[in-house]
Amino acid sequence: MDKSISTLTEAVADIHDGAVLMIGGFGGSGSPIELIHTLIDRFRATGSPKDVTVINNNAGNGYVGIAAMIKAGMVKKMICSFPRSSNAEAFNEKFLADEIELELVPQGTLAERIRAAGAGIPAFYTPTSYGTELAIGKPTEEFDGKHYVQERWLKADFAIVKGQLGDKHGNLTYRLAGRNFNPLMCMAADVTIAQVSELVEAGGIDPEQVITPGIFVDHVVEVKEPAQEEVLVRTEEVH
Amino acid sequence: MSYTKLSNAQIAWRAAQDIDDGAYVNLGIGFPEMVAKFQPEGREAVFHTENGVLGFGQAPKEGEEDWDLINAGKKAITLKPGASFFHHADSFSMVRGGHLDVAILGAYQIAQNGDLANWRVGSKGVPAVGGAMDLVHGAKRVAVITDHVTKDGKPKLVEACTFPLTGVGCVTRVYTSLAVVDIEGGKFILREKLADMTFDDLQELTGATLHTDGPVGDLTVPEL
Repeated sequence: MDKSISTLTEAVADIHDGAVLMIGGFGGSGSPIELIHTLIDRFRATGSPKDVTVINNNAGNGYVGIAAMIKAGMVKKMICSFPRSSNAEAFNEKFLADEIELELVPQGTLAERIRAAGAGIPAFYTPTSYGTELAIGKPTEEFDGKHYVQERWLKADFAIVKGQLGDKHGNLTYRLAGRNFNPLMCMAADVTIAQVSELVEAGGIDPEQVITPGIFVDHVVEVKEPAQEEVLVRTEEVH
Repeated sequence: MSYTKLSNAQIAWRAAQDIDDGAYVNLGIGFPEMVAKFQPEGREAVFHTENGVLGFGQAPKEGEEDWDLINAGKKAITLKPGASFFHHADSFSMVRGGHLDVAILGAYQIAQNGDLANWRVGSKGVPAVGGAMDLVHGAKRVAVITDHVTKDGKPKLVEACTFPLTGVGCVTRVYTSLAVVDIEGGKFILREKLADMTFDDLQELTGATLHTDGPVGDLTVPEL
């Protein structure tokens, strides 16, 4: 078994027009910048993939990563919990001009919807959002005297994630708080593509240290010394 | 009658006095983060942040940030001994599953039945909810810290919220710049108020009836 792919271009080659795409990371932490920019480069060169739906906690920051995808015009819809971050002009401009759709999901509900998809659970009940405008139109139920809102699983065609170590079976570890949504998204997409800072042979990761088991990962591509989104935003090296 | 309202630091200090040693605590982004500075001597709370860290400490020195190590406000943090990392579904299991002892949040409005409005003030602009709607459900105590009135003097403690709700019947205690108020049985119960302020002065600045069920303490805080 060898899930490794040698180039970023090949790794994202199947991501198509209209794809629903989960992108790991929370802010810049755990964000697969190189995979994202490889997709943007293909869009700029060929016009594809366009009309992409992106699932992430945020809607990009500065003009790198998801913000650059939005700026380039390849994103049809964002599904996220917090699009209004300090430096989210790319999304704000498109949203206020009605050029991008938004599905706003509370952060814990977003995480659980993704987890549920990965776990084969089509719907679940949560107290989150009960009685608020984000519950409008959703079924509600009372359990033991408390009110709950029914939420559906959230699946994707592809997930692109960032790991620290990855082996040829697709086992992954993460760095610091870079774990966040990444392990959940690996489970919830038809095809998961992981960029890792170091690719090792099977056996190169202590099984006790594996965070995402390889069954949830389809392709692994090594990006040594990856860019860190927050650092790029702060220095604006990429436009 | 003259009185001096508490500063934000003093409100945060007062809220910090009610956090027990060993408590697991989530502080909302912004003003509530200040509560961490005022942990009483001899007590150690463990701070939770939505993006998957328990046991974080202060911000690193400028230039020593590692941007893979951030809190939910996307600020760089440091770890304390005993810290742990976990993914987002585990993080919100800690929230919704009733494992946090207290969540302390900001507010636009708090209603006498415990309804909270703290995520948007109207239908304009870009909406963003983050973890606020999750945090108000599940923590054993959901407390709010806030100025008692808005910048233009309108009450923030009200009979019913007019801004979009974050959660229904979720707030249990409010620490304001003038008072400490509990929410019990659909009523505001006054626990402490500034000593220089009369009950009537405070009621005047509150948008719903203040009740008492015993002696009202003086809200006393240090100079900060």
